[in-house]
Amino acid sequence: MLKIACPGCGVRNYTEFRYAGDANKVRPAHQVRDLGEWYDYVFLFDNPKGPHREYWQHVLGCRQWLVVERDTATNTVQGTRFARDGGGE
Amino acid sequence: MSRSPRRLATGGRIDRARRLNFSLEGRALQGFAGDTLASALLANGVTLVGRSFKYHRPRGFVSSGVEEPNGLFTLGAAGRTTPNVAGTVTDLYEGLSAVRQNGWPSVDWDLMAVTSWAAPLLAAGFYYKTFMGPRRKSWMFYEKFIRRAAGLGRGVHLPDPDRYETQHLFADVLVVGSGPAGLAAAWAAARAGAQVMLVEQDSELGGSLLSARLDSPEERWRAETVASLRRMPNLDIRCRTTALGLYDGNTVALVERHENGRPDPARGEAREIIITLEAGAIVFAAGTLERPLVFGGNDIPGVMLASAARSYLNRHAVFLGQRVVVATNNDAAWQSALDLATAGAAVTILDQRPTVNSRCLELANGAAITVQLDATPTRAIGARAVTGVRFSTSRASREHQLDCDLLCMSGGWSPVVHLTSHTGIKPRYRADIDSYVPGGYAAGHFGAGAMAGTFVLSAGIREGESAGWHAAEHAGYVSEAVRAQCSLPVGEDAACEVGPTRLGPTAARGKAFIDFQNDVTTRDIAIAYQEGFVSIEHLKRYTTLGMGTDQGKTSNVNGIHAMAAYRGLDPQTTGTTTFRPPYTPVSIGALAGRQVGQQFRPIRRSPLHEWHVANGAVLIEAGLWKRAWYYGWAGDSASAAYINEMKLVRSTVGICDVSSLGKIDVQGPDAAEFLDRVYVNNFARLPVGKARYGVMLNDDATVLDDGTTARFADTSYFMTTTTAQAAEVASRLEFLLQTAWVDLNVSVTLVTDEWAGMSIAGPKAREALQLALPGHDWSNERLPYMGCVDLDVDGVALRILRVSFSGELAFELYIAADRGCALWEHILARAASLGIRPYGLEALAALRIEKGHVAGLELDHRTTIDDLGLGKMAASNKTFVGCALRERPELRAPGRWSLVGLECLESGGILRGGAILFAPGDAVAGHGRGYITSVTWSLELGKYIALGLYQGGLLHQGEDVVCAYPLKHEQVRARIVAPVFVDSRGERLRV
Repeated sequence: MLKIACPGCGVRNYTEFRYAGDANKVRPAHQVRDLGEWYDYVFLFDNPKGPHREYWQHVLGCRQWLVVERDTATNTVQGTRFARDGGGE
Repeated sequence: MSRSPRRLATGGRIDRARRLNFSLEGRALQGFAGDTLASALLANGVTLVGRSFKYHRPRGFVSSGVEEPNGLFTLGAAGRTTPNVAGTVTDLYEGLSAVRQNGWPSVDWDLMAVTSWAAPLLAAGFYYKTFMGPRRKSWMFYEKFIRRAAGLGRGVHLPDPDRYETQHLFADVLVVGSGPAGLAAAWAAARAGAQVMLVEQDSELGGSLLSARLDSPEERWRAETVASLRRMPNLDIRCRTTALGLYDGNTVALVERHENGRPDPARGEAREIIITLEAGAIVFAAGTLERPLVFGGNDIPGVMLASAARSYLNRHAVFLGQRVVVATNNDAAWQSALDLATAGAAVTILDQRPTVNSRCLELANGAAITVQLDATPTRAIGARAVTGVRFSTSRASREHQLDCDLLCMSGGWSPVVHLTSHTGIKPRYRADIDSYVPGGYAAGHFGAGAMAGTFVLSAGIREGESAGWHAAEHAGYVSEAVRAQCSLPVGEDAACEVGPTRLGPTAARGKAFIDFQNDVTTRDIAIAYQEGFVSIEHLKRYTTLGMGTDQGKTSNVNGIHAMAAYRGLDPQTTGTTTFRPPYTPVSIGALAGRQVGQQFRPIRRSPLHEWHVANGAVLIEAGLWKRAWYYGWAGDSASAAYINEMKLVRSTVGICDVSSLGKIDVQGPDAAEFLDRVYVNNFARLPVGKARYGVMLNDDATVLDDGTTARFADTSYFMTTTTAQAAEVASRLEFLLQTAWVDLNVSVTLVTDEWAGMSIAGPKAREALQLALPGHDWSNERLPYMGCVDLDVDGVALRILRVSFSGELAFELYIAADRGCALWEHILARAASLGIRPYGLEALAALRIEKGHVAGLELDHRTTIDDLGLGKMAASNKTFVGCALRERPELRAPGRWSLVGLECLESGGILRGGAILFAPGDAVAGHGRGYITSVTWSLELGKYIALGLYQGGLLHQGEDVVCAYPLKHEQVRARIVAPVFVDSRGERLRV
């Protein structure tokens, strides 16, 4: 069972969370209407083997969105932060 | 009472005071407590226990454990019927009824055995080559005959009356396997203070030690160690518990079987319990499986693994043969020979090795065992039972023959690397034991004993002990001080050497089986090699090697060795197939646990649910929700009732439970700005006291959801969503606020369950409200269309929105969930004089189709607002989520499938949801030009109407289409019309 340490709630089973993909993608500013920027953000993703920063929401807990660093090769979690704090970087 | 012909008068681990009655195909037999089904059958002289999968050859037990490929039975009757259970792992119980499998008309007299004569036809790839090409149809024709001829047991289509449970448990240290290494590991880890769980698939602790004689030093060590383990309070010992799989985070799936075969569900006893165990550290001590030797006729009943013959003798007191030949390539089988000789059999050892250690020879000599070194068996002789064996030596060209009634074989030992391989670590080949061991261990995982390739008993015990200490240490128990003080005593033992088992391509004569269960022979491996299926994974799929219920426990390594020999590679290079859970077969019942029937998935109920049930509602599932589909007052069937309910709403007034609508409270100084960003239309300028229909998009510009949002204060909005998308919308809003728009000061709260909701709809809706809540002003001036108001009714908050889904004058009332039923009953009672009645989901949907409102069937995350005719809602003076990608040229192309209304043109014709739309003159084939999404009988128009998506949409308004429904061979004409069928100017809403 994959475990995620929610900064709010502690270590929980991944079944309490929902997954929402790559957290390295930077959402274009709301006012941006450039088709290319949005196309890249919505449709183009890397599929790395190894460390990956990704969004998870603790839907069955505090409902906070998190940035989780997970190794896609080993399924081990290296770190977890609230997305609203910037999620790292 | 028949005396068991092969049962010894004394010895063994059976309890002769406890006789157990059981039956085989209705024939009454007896065994003892401590027997397995296999040992009891063998004791009764039943040696023919099944027919092979393809060739229907007679088969006997090969093993005494989980690796058994042949002895599969169907146990129980009626709903408890369980097919394909290995008799070797079935503890005998009173009343057990077993049936052998895969023989027609019976296993003893099997007509299908003629397939054996056709064997050359049935080799690897036969089915593919013969039946699959060139047209798929041929396989579809032959498949059912082939499946009948080749097969295992059959399940039944009856409910299982037994109970299954699921548990979630934790341990500091898990020890898998209770052989010498596992016992030592559990002892050490528990001694260090860790909470330890020891799991053993067998009914007793001891693993391989259970096959030792009761008067042996091994048994003395086992008994003493087990006794000391039983006294340890921090050690949880679970027998009949198999570790099925290893998963992320040190989670192990275990299945624990009930202690007898007849659990009583009425007393809450579970047949099987699935345990997900999370362990701090794990010691793998799963032991080894003995491999067969590969020679002609090695599947004849009476040819058996040497370890199995020893186990039946010493554990179950079953004496299987007077004249025994033990064919081996390693020392371990000599112990079987010694025990069989001591029990009185005349034993000959055929060892493939030219030399063996002197200690083996001394012991054999002492037991009057004939020893033939450099001897390789080439062919077993016999039909339904083995009568002899031929063997060759390297010195002489002539073959020798020996008579025997039991032929034991030992082709080496395969460590059980399954669990450690589940993590993705490939097994590693070790030439000295000619087998695979775990390729490595993840942090917190430790291997010990034979499973780790350590075959010497004392070394295995020491290794287990060490693994136990390390596991406890890993789990946070500092153990050096304790460790220094104690250590398990270990007696002396013999070295165990293994010779090479590599098969030459031509070693065997006749049919030499590698996989007994799937009838894969050396010849099949040769064909796979010749035809290029040389990769181990290809070999497996082409020949079905290792694909049976035994998953190749006896056959995989022999198959790999054979292919490696053909290719001239060493087994490390060829590698193994991928090991996947479960280690042994597990019943679907166990995996389902309590999630059957009502508990299959969660059920969401409206706060008014009990009222609906008590008042004649027929319920329907909508997602997880149970909703009132229609009510008994309106008719006996949905098709009759919903029309009467529609009639009620269109003519007078009805009330509908809309509690399942998603409700989201949006509050904060930036709430207006936030909603302006997520909705395509404007919400910032929405006045307080007003509601507005809004649509929100996904980033890719498809429609995410629609609903009504009302503004109750400058900084407070009450959003409703569709029932299906509530969770998705809430999560999406939270995502935007917490990742991209952290500067916005807004709080979003999902309040679906806090509010009961009900819609009063119909021309007399205002009168109904006046009767129910007098003393308030419900006039059009005070509460106009799309107005909203918060009321305090006797101290209870009531939230009223004048919005309509049906197209009639309507009010949506929201009240605290626990007051919902009281309000509902109050309205029905006070407005009874108007004829108000409840209406259900079917009428609700019919009314909205007449009105042309889109719902989930149209909002399928592929349609855009422009496809749905809602493009004009999009504000041009602001940006909103999805507005950039809405401008993709493909989404603006005129030929897109977009929303149309359809009216049936044929009297008596029925439009059906999902019907494919064609233009007249089109060939009615393929995906057509569109399809019907929603359909209803229109009360107003007296015909079937529908909403649908059609290429080009309303550009084709007024044209005819053909609605094809191939499943019923129907084609019905319809006309494309604007998708609003009732009150297109919305006058009824505003009265």
